[in-house]
Amino acid sequence: MKSINLDIINRVKKDILTLQGFKTLPADNTVRIGIPTIEANFPNAVFPTGCMHEFISQTIEDAAATNAFVAALSGRLMQFGGACAWISATRTLFPSALKRFGLEPHQIIFIDLQKEKEVLFAMEEALKCNRLTTVIAEVKDVDFKMSRRFQLATEKSRVTGFILRHQPRTANTIACVSRWRISSIASEPQAGMPGVGFPRWNVALQKVRNGIPGNWQIEWAGNSFADVTKQDSKIISMPLLKVG
Amino acid sequence: MQKRFVAIWFRHLKTDWLIKRQPQLAQTAFALALQDHGRLRITEVSAIAKAKGIYAGMVAADAKVLVPGIQIVDDQENLSAGLLEKMGHWSIRFTPVAAVDFPDGLILDVSGCAHLWGGEETYLKDMLNRFKKLGYHTRVAIADTIGTAWAISRYGRVKAIIGTGEQAASITPLPPAALRLPAEVTERLHKLGLYQVGSFMNMQRSVLRRRFGKELLLRLNQALGLEEEIITPLCPVEPWQERLPCMEPITTRKGIEAALEQLLQQLCSRMQRNGIGIRKAVLNCYRVDDDIQTVSVETNHASLNGSHLFKLFELEISLLKPGWGIELFVLEAVKTEDVKPVQETFFTLNSSLQSRELAELLDNLAARFGNAAINRYLPAEHHLPEKSLQLASSLDEQPSIAWPSGKVRPIHLLREPQQIEVTAPIPDYPPMNFRYKGKLHTVKKADACERIEAEWWIARGLHRDYYVVEDEEGKRYWLFRLGHYDEQVKPGWFIHGFFE
Repeated sequence: MKSINLDIINRVKKDILTLQGFKTLPADNTVRIGIPTIEANFPNAVFPTGCMHEFISQTIEDAAATNAFVAALSGRLMQFGGACAWISATRTLFPSALKRFGLEPHQIIFIDLQKEKEVLFAMEEALKCNRLTTVIAEVKDVDFKMSRRFQLATEKSRVTGFILRHQPRTANTIACVSRWRISSIASEPQAGMPGVGFPRWNVALQKVRNGIPGNWQIEWAGNSFADVTKQDSKIISMPLLKVG
Repeated sequence: MQKRFVAIWFRHLKTDWLIKRQPQLAQTAFALALQDHGRLRITEVSAIAKAKGIYAGMVAADAKVLVPGIQIVDDQENLSAGLLEKMGHWSIRFTPVAAVDFPDGLILDVSGCAHLWGGEETYLKDMLNRFKKLGYHTRVAIADTIGTAWAISRYGRVKAIIGTGEQAASITPLPPAALRLPAEVTERLHKLGLYQVGSFMNMQRSVLRRRFGKELLLRLNQALGLEEEIITPLCPVEPWQERLPCMEPITTRKGIEAALEQLLQQLCSRMQRNGIGIRKAVLNCYRVDDDIQTVSVETNHASLNGSHLFKLFELEISLLKPGWGIELFVLEAVKTEDVKPVQETFFTLNSSLQSRELAELLDNLAARFGNAAINRYLPAEHHLPEKSLQLASSLDEQPSIAWPSGKVRPIHLLREPQQIEVTAPIPDYPPMNFRYKGKLHTVKKADACERIEAEWWIARGLHRDYYVVEDEEGKRYWLFRLGHYDEQVKPGWFIHGFFE
């Protein structure tokens, strides 16, 4: 009797996730981002696509790290082809560098606008277009209402949206599945080699809906992610936060 | 532009054609004849038969008496019409607008064509030679009006090229028949002793009309260029245009939208049949007070989607000032492109740049923020980072070279490199520390330098030695030194980018 109840509860849980816009496709059909330790913290152990992710950065160096991490994520999502829109009013991204993160620079459409407001408008329009795989927008501030509209658009079109907030006035809560902070940390060259090693980031998943937040050190090892978290700084045990 | 017309007269159209088919006829006197009221009447005669006094309209039996050896060939009813049409299509090589001038000529609108042959003289010579090679005897003339060109080609004796504005002088000595008049009018003119056009050309118009009818005035005006004459081209130049005249002037937005929707639907369905899509469309609104209001839209992809184009136009409609009302809408596709037929699919697994939905999204954004807002980059063959990209011209354009993968480039590139203060060992080592925006960064790790030469074949400048460095906080930067070390001129150090 008890096991039946547990089955029912699990099924209902899955149904709720589906209703909340989380993919519950069979494992072989989903796109893996290639960091099992992070993916384990997401509901169903799958990186949520078709929803919004928020990234916050304060310094210009961290903004660069965030851009690279997001580019690498999009590259994983677009590994079977696709298109990406990069919307910004203050773009300093250098397209040639994207090649290193598994993105074909000519597959990306850059939409360079003048005002933040225009970026928000373009973002919403782009999120409605289901022929795009990912939409990345650089904005400073988004209000909750606008982010809700983004979330609704992505749920319909199954596009994955990334909002990169550089030096936001307030880190207000917006309707996103997750909030990340990426900052670069010292690289470690291969044993016995001089110079600068592979890019390394401290990836802090601060909020995640129906998942467990965490902190990892991730390296982009040429063409895939690698978890280089030191044992002592592994997952900080945190109570389940209610976010979103 | 000044209009120019060429009139071509085939002097022996049918006989020339027959000689071409049966070369042995060339040496004999022969005539074409047709049954008419129970007897054979001659319709056309060959050059030799003509010299022996045979003329068209003679009864064949009479001709046989006059020239005993004459050969009578059966004529066909629609022979000359068919031949002329064929010749008209053939002469599309000279001009796109060619028309048949029944029964024995062609009219070509050659405005702006002659210069391609190096002038009108060589143009006409080429025309004559080509017809001669085909076996036809022709006479050609070029003038500002169809009437004058026709008259000179049939009756002119002095020159075939009538300059601009010389119509009156050139037709003065010609007989009245040169004006393409009905036989009875010419006859009457002759009866009155008016043997030349010049003798009645300057008479009072009302007098001429009363005596000879409207036809004479019309033909005279057409020859002089006072009245426009229209020809029907064999291959009509069909523009991608739709018109919608309105019963009553339209002043409301709703009305304009309804008109636009109808026009778009008509134009799109017509263009779809021809496999052509719209890149740029212009809507001209003709107002009752003779004003023309114009709006236009552009697309990224050749589009045939009426509702999408309508959406683009919707943003522009507010720019229209209907004033007292619009009485005519004309929608024209100014720029067109072939559309690649796309097979309908039930679902698409992979999204891609070539999809219609994406192109429409970009159109919408471009309509709102301008075309400059949308950029796509392709690699360019330059080493300097700021020159290593070029903008793609369309969504379909693919890179002609591979993206450079061996060189490390920062994810953030500053528009302008910014000068920094460094402490660096000489001559060729990365800096030990540098100060950027007031903050001191101590370099912990650095990669060997990458030297990028200035492109001396484009512009002068010093080479740059780029270093990837990492500071004590683990942040990575792209620095460069401009030029060599020099005692007098200290080299400048710059920051050009941020690594991830």
